[in-house]
Amino acid sequence: MKKLYLVGLAAALAFSVDSPARADGDQFIPILSYRTGPYAPNGIPYANGFVDYLELVNRRDGGVNGIKLAFEECETGYATDRGVECYERLKGKGPTGASFFNPLSTGITFALTEKAPADKIPLITFGYGRSESRDGSVFRWSFPLLGTYWTAADVIVQYIASQVGGVEALRGKKIVHLYLDSPYGKEPLPVLEAKAAKYGFSLTPMPVTAPGLEQKSQWLQIRQSKPDFVILWGYGVMDPTAMQEAAAVNFPRDRIIGNWWAGAEPDVAPAGEQGIGYKAVMLQHGAGRGKVHADVEKYVVTAGVSRSKPEEIGQVLYNRGLLNAMLGVEAIRTAQAKFGKRPLTGEEVRWGIENLKLDESRIAALGIEGMIRPFQISCADHQGAGLSRVQQWDGKTWKVVSDWIQADESLLAPMVKAAAQKYGADKSIPAFDCTKAQ
Amino acid sequence: MGFFLEVLIGGLLGGVLYALVALGFVLIFKASGILNFAQGAMVFAAGLGFAAAMEKTSAHMPFALALATSLLLATGMMLLTAWAIERFVLRPLVNQNGLTLFMATIGVAFMVEGLAQQIFGNNIRRIDVGLPKTSMFILESQFDGGILVNALDLWTAVIAALLVVALSLFFQNTRTGRALRAVADDHTAAQSVGIPLNWIWFIVWSIAGGVALVAAIVWGSKIGVQFALTFVALKALPVLIVGGLTSIPGAIVAGLLVGMGEKFAEVYLGPSLGGGIEQWFAYVLALFVLLVRPQGLFGERIIERI
Repeated sequence: MKKLYLVGLAAALAFSVDSPARADGDQFIPILSYRTGPYAPNGIPYANGFVDYLELVNRRDGGVNGIKLAFEECETGYATDRGVECYERLKGKGPTGASFFNPLSTGITFALTEKAPADKIPLITFGYGRSESRDGSVFRWSFPLLGTYWTAADVIVQYIASQVGGVEALRGKKIVHLYLDSPYGKEPLPVLEAKAAKYGFSLTPMPVTAPGLEQKSQWLQIRQSKPDFVILWGYGVMDPTAMQEAAAVNFPRDRIIGNWWAGAEPDVAPAGEQGIGYKAVMLQHGAGRGKVHADVEKYVVTAGVSRSKPEEIGQVLYNRGLLNAMLGVEAIRTAQAKFGKRPLTGEEVRWGIENLKLDESRIAALGIEGMIRPFQISCADHQGAGLSRVQQWDGKTWKVVSDWIQADESLLAPMVKAAAQKYGADKSIPAFDCTKAQ
Repeated sequence: MGFFLEVLIGGLLGGVLYALVALGFVLIFKASGILNFAQGAMVFAAGLGFAAAMEKTSAHMPFALALATSLLLATGMMLLTAWAIERFVLRPLVNQNGLTLFMATIGVAFMVEGLAQQIFGNNIRRIDVGLPKTSMFILESQFDGGILVNALDLWTAVIAALLVVALSLFFQNTRTGRALRAVADDHTAAQSVGIPLNWIWFIVWSIAGGVALVAAIVWGSKIGVQFALTFVALKALPVLIVGGLTSIPGAIVAGLLVGMGEKFAEVYLGPSLGGGIEQWFAYVLALFVLLVRPQGLFGERIIERI
C-alpha cells in the first residue's frame, strides 16, 4: 500500500511539471506567466500564445536548426516578489542557462534590470518596462522590442491631435491621464507632460488604486471638469470598470484612448455594450489570424498539446504572446548564425537580439504578414521601431481605425538619452561605445 | 453644491456595496466569533457558480426560468461549500481559540479561490440579471447638468436594505437566530444547553454564502465576475472596524460612512495629495475609530474579568 502511495505521489509530481521534458541538448527558455490572480484573464492568453509558438517550432521544425526548445512556466501572479523568485529559480536551468527572460510586468522588469546584467541574461520587454532602456549603450541587457510606454504615449497624443484638427488645435484642450497607480501607470507621465508643455494642452493625471475596482471619484471629477479626451493607462479589471463608469457619467467612449496593454479583449468584453467605441493604440499587431495560426492549429492544437481555447487563438494578447516567443526564437536563430548550431548562453542570445532583423520576406516566411512592420535592432536602438496604429472596439472585435503613426523622435530621443545617462550615472554604468559593437 | 451632492450620493451608494460584503463578515463573527477571511473568496466563487449556471441555462430556457434555476444552483453550491467548511475545517477545531479559527479561514480562502478557478476557469464572466445600468440626472432645474445617480447603485441599495431587514428579523425573532447568538457568546456553554453547534455553524456559513451570492450578483453586474472580486473583501475590513464586528446596522452605517468618506477624500483632498488616496483613507478612518472607540461605533463593549 505504501509503495502504491509512493508511486502515485511520484506520478503526480511528474505530471505536475508544466513543461515538456528537457534534454541536455535543448535551448532553455523560461516563461514568467500569470495564470492565477486578478490579472489572469490577461495573462492566460499571453502565456498560451507564447507556449503554442514554442511547441510549434519544436513540432513543425524540430526546433531551431535542430536544437529543440525546452521551456518551463513559473507563476508570478503579476507580483514583483514572486517574479524575482521565478527568475532566481529558472535562470540556471538547461544546459546553458536561461536564453532570455520576459518579465511580463513593469514591476518585475524594474526589479530585474540590475540583476540580469550580473547574470548575463537578456531581458525582452515587448512593449513595456523602462522606456529609456531602448538606449542600448547604457542598458546592454534590456530590449523593449517594438515599443515603449513613451512611444505609446507620444502616439496617443498624435492621434488625439489628428482628431481635433492637428497639433495646433491641441492648445487649450483638456486631457485626463487616468492611470493605474503603479510604475506601469506612471511611466508615460514625463512624455505626456513634455507634450502638454510643447502643445499647450492641460494634462490632469488621475491615479486609480490597484486593482482599479473603485473609480467613481475619478469619473465624477471627469464629469465635472469635462475633458476633451481621457487617456486610459489601466490593466485588467481597471479597464472594463472605466468603461462602466464612463458610461455612467455619459463620457463618450470614443474619446477614451487606451495604451496597448489596455487594448485587448479582456479589457472591453466584460463592459458589454458600454465598451463600444473605445479606442486603444496597438503594439503594431492587433487581433486576427495569419498563416502562423494555421500552423499552430495543424501542429499544436490538433496534437492536443495547446491549452488555448479555440476562440482565444488570434486574440490580441494571444498574438502578443506568440510574437514575443517568435522574436525570442528569431534572436536565437540569429545568434546561432554567429556562434554555431548548439544551445547558446544568455550572453550569446543577447548578441542575437541586438542583431535581430526582420525584413518583409522574413515576416512573410514566419506567417505574420500585416501583424508587424520590418524592423532592425541595433546596439544604439534596442526598441527597433516606434510605430503604432489605433484600433476601436465595436462590441465584438477590434477594428483598425488609423494608419501607421510614427512616434516623434525629435521629442523622444533626447528624453531617452537624458534618462539613460542619468540611470548610468546613478548606477555607475559606463556608456558602451556602440561604434565598437560587433 | 451640485457636485458636492453628486459625490455624496455616489459615496453613499458605493458604501452600500461595501456594507453588503461586510455583512457576510459580521454574520459569521456574530454567530461563531470567527473573523472569516474567506468571505471575499466566497463572493468570487458564488459569482463564478452563478454566472456559469446562467450561461448554461439561458441557452435552453426563458430568462426568468434560467435566472431562478441559476439562483437555485448557485445557492446549492454555497450550501455545499458551507457544509464542507463546517465538516472538514470547523468541526475539528471546536473550542480552539479565535486566532486558530481565523488562520483556518485564511486556508479556506485559498482553497475556495483555487477550486473555483479550477472548476470554472479564469475567464471574466458577465452577469446580467436585468438590473438597469442607466444613469439618471435629478434636480436638473436646480443644478447645471443635474445630479448623477446610477440606477444600478440605487437598485443595489434597495437589495441591501431588504437583506438587512430580513437578517435582522431572523436574528432577533427566530429560535435559530437566538441560538446563533448564544453560540457566539460561548461555544461550550451553548453546547451544554443542547444547541447543536455543528448545525448552527452550517446555518451561519450558509447565510454568509447567501450574502456572498447577492454581493457577487451585484458586483458581477457592474464589472463582471473575476478574481478582482476577492479584493472587495479588503474594502469590508475598515467597514467592520468602524461599524463594529458584531453589529448588522453597524455594517450598514459604517459602509455608508466609509463610502462617503473615501469619495470626499479622493475628490477634495486627492488633488493636493497626489490622488489615489481613497484606498488608504478608509484604513486611516478605521484607525481613528480604533483609537477613540475600539469596539467600533455599534459594536458591543467587551468587558472581561482578569
